[in-house]
Amino acid sequence: MKPSLILGLALSALFLLAALLSYLWTPYAIDTMAIADRLKPPSMAHPFGTDHFGRDMLSMIMVGARTSIAVALVAVGIGMGLGVPLGLAAAARKGSLLDEVIMRGNDLVFAFPSLVIAILITAIFGPGAVNAIIAIGIFNIPVFARLTRGAALSLWQREFIMAARVSGKSAARISAEHILPNIANLLIVQGTIQFSLGILAEAGLSYVGLGAQPPIPSWGRMLADAQTMVALAPHVALVPGLTIVAMVLGLNLLGDGLRDWLDPRLRVLRT
Amino acid sequence: MLRYFFKRLTSLIVSLAIASLVIFLVVEVAPGDPASYMLGINAQPDTVAALRAELGLDVPKWQRFLAWAGGMVTGDFGTSYTYRTSVSQMVADRLWVSLPLALYALTLSTLIAFPAGIYAAARRGKAGDLAVMGATQLGVAIPNFWFAMMLVLVFAINLRWFNAGGFPGWEGGLLPGLKALTLPAIALALPQAAILARVMRSSLLDILGEDFMRTARAKGLSYRQALWKHGVRNALIPVLTIIGLQFSFLLAGAIIIEQVFYLPGLGRLIFQSIGQRDLIVVESVVMLLVFAVIVVNFLVDLAYAIVDPRLRARA
Repeated sequence: MKPSLILGLALSALFLLAALLSYLWTPYAIDTMAIADRLKPPSMAHPFGTDHFGRDMLSMIMVGARTSIAVALVAVGIGMGLGVPLGLAAAARKGSLLDEVIMRGNDLVFAFPSLVIAILITAIFGPGAVNAIIAIGIFNIPVFARLTRGAALSLWQREFIMAARVSGKSAARISAEHILPNIANLLIVQGTIQFSLGILAEAGLSYVGLGAQPPIPSWGRMLADAQTMVALAPHVALVPGLTIVAMVLGLNLLGDGLRDWLDPRLRVLRT
Repeated sequence: MLRYFFKRLTSLIVSLAIASLVIFLVVEVAPGDPASYMLGINAQPDTVAALRAELGLDVPKWQRFLAWAGGMVTGDFGTSYTYRTSVSQMVADRLWVSLPLALYALTLSTLIAFPAGIYAAARRGKAGDLAVMGATQLGVAIPNFWFAMMLVLVFAINLRWFNAGGFPGWEGGLLPGLKALTLPAIALALPQAAILARVMRSSLLDILGEDFMRTARAKGLSYRQALWKHGVRNALIPVLTIIGLQFSFLLAGAIIIEQVFYLPGLGRLIFQSIGQRDLIVVESVVMLLVFAVIVVNFLVDLAYAIVDPRLRARA
């Protein structure tokens, strides 16, 4: 394994563990304020410092990781859950009306600036984590549909698929039993990348006040709170910002690393 | 070529029509009646009804859609519910902030990405390449609004080179305006530059492996001459596509950056209008952004088809 893959894996695992651990334990309770301790820079007692209510930033980051991961993960789930079947169907019926409708629908979703529509959806249906998930998830659908269709199309030309067809399997069964396992690697890699984009999108929406609502901590929300205090206590902006960077960087490295590692052509070259 | 053009034009028009319908429907299902919102909770029902009639909200939805969509085609975006002024005028005013910002950011992103991508490709696998690729990994991972806050912290609060936000308008001259847009443009350009540098690098690496590059070297050109004369020029084709697509990203991405710097652009207009239930402004601004994306994609496709005849045949 390449060092970048290991780093990516380590960073991603670290945030996942932090999020899981936060259900059992955080250094401090995140709902108790200590105004006397507000805006304290990092110290032994508070490794990441405290915010404008005197809350421990490390605890906030740990609980905030839950929000980021949950929103991005479910959004990827929506994209995969709907996009992959659509892509498989389009590939199985290539050139048909169904294929045309699915692909044109994809083009249309792509034409919308995703951020604008996410803002529109959350603004109209009310801000909140669920609407943020839907807004981000919608834009994952065409990504997975296109990827699946492209990869599936080239598989349909292969001999083992031909053999399956000759043996009388239906298109749906071939898609599920032969195509899907063969494109799983590709989907996992893309899933990692969409996951990291989801983290960024969630942070952006929370920053403008359209993501998770207080008192649920989220990294973007912490940055929004930090904006007016950044001159007094730079750590309130540095800590959540660097956290987002580390998480996204970790996921991107993981995605790149997995692609190299899972790609059979590259593996042959290596051995 | 003409057939390809009309085929693409048809799909452009269909896309725009469907997009406008989707936007209208999404905004129309929004809870809250603009007229009751404007008059407050103590308004008499007949006052609300009168205002609804005045705003044209009492006619059936499909009629309102046709009036709105028809107006957009002729450049008449309707009248704002809140300000009672023409939406076209409001949008045009804000566009004078958002459009220069997007163009400024696009220029910066290109100026950073081209040299970085070419440098990395020319030194493939060496320390310089690894440094550039590492930097681009970081560039795509940084949220631009956070980067914007950091720029404010360093260059506005500590060094006092720039203002932390606001926009003086273009009346005071070009330079003060550009100065106010500099930090936002840098913040906006950074992630795009990282993506563009990666595309430039991989595109150039593809070209460097081509036979004609070997021929260029064989006829006596130095590596540097071959790289610039034949490599970079050919590598530009896919890069230009990405630049075209990035423009619409920048226009949309500006929405959040405008919030950080309190810039009176389209982004702030959207947020304000959503808050005030000024639906017609929301619809029009979103439609305008979608229009920009669809038209830019169309132009890029067209330019591509002119350059590469194979694409025409495939379509």
